[in-house]
Amino acid sequence: MSYSSHVLNRVPDLDADCAQFRHGDVDAFESLFRLHQRAVYGWILRIVRNPTTAEELTVETFWRIYRARARFDAAREFAPWARRIARRVALDWLRAQRPQTELNDELLSTLPAEVAADPAVTAEIRFKTAQAFSRLPYKLRTAALLSVVEGQSHKEVAEALGISTAAVKLRVFRALRLLRKDLGRQGITP
Amino acid sequence: MNHEESMRQLLKQAVRPVKANAEPESDLWPAVLRRMDEHAAADIAAGSGWAWFDGALLVGLVVLGVSFPATIPLLLYYL
Repeated sequence: MSYSSHVLNRVPDLDADCAQFRHGDVDAFESLFRLHQRAVYGWILRIVRNPTTAEELTVETFWRIYRARARFDAAREFAPWARRIARRVALDWLRAQRPQTELNDELLSTLPAEVAADPAVTAEIRFKTAQAFSRLPYKLRTAALLSVVEGQSHKEVAEALGISTAAVKLRVFRALRLLRKDLGRQGITP
Repeated sequence: MNHEESMRQLLKQAVRPVKANAEPESDLWPAVLRRMDEHAAADIAAGSGWAWFDGALLVGLVVLGVSFPATIPLLLYYL
């Protein structure tokens, strides 16, 4: 299979690209990829929290997008459709992971490097909180990550995860309650 | 501050958010092309081989012919 890569030098025509992509045009697909690559990577990274994994899953997402091109409705927007596929890829990956039980490099990379806003919260407490958080069921953890850590509204989280806002509220509530119980068992009471 | 709010604050201090301008370290398009090539090659390989059903059918016909030679003219008639 050979591809011409002159896409970077042309002005994107989104409607035409979407229509041509649906018929398997690789140049149109590349144009859509260049336009949405960063957003797709960002959505996935916010769920999986690891840059290398996010890159691999971004590639997987665009491969699945290409495979599913015949099902794409060119009259609709490309981004929400791509987001649904990216979400499935990221959540499938999370589901397949074993819960973290020890503090490792991957988990350490999610810890804030700067001093915590509250000086009473020591580095050890932050480590243990991050550890306990990584042990939560992935559905609860993802909802809490997007809502609490990323500061997204319930509506945004609901759209990102394909669930209702009521389900988002419930998952965040349960995540925080489980986290509190876990920390309580370790003698940490926030 | 209630329990839920205090947990929120602690979680925010324990896990950092992703940067708003996060982007891949390298261009991922070549990797997407590689993936497309790999699957195209796999599809071609799968398409050129015999399906298991074809093999089973052939074995069945041979067994039938050996066991009941009288059926051979009948099978040839319907081919």
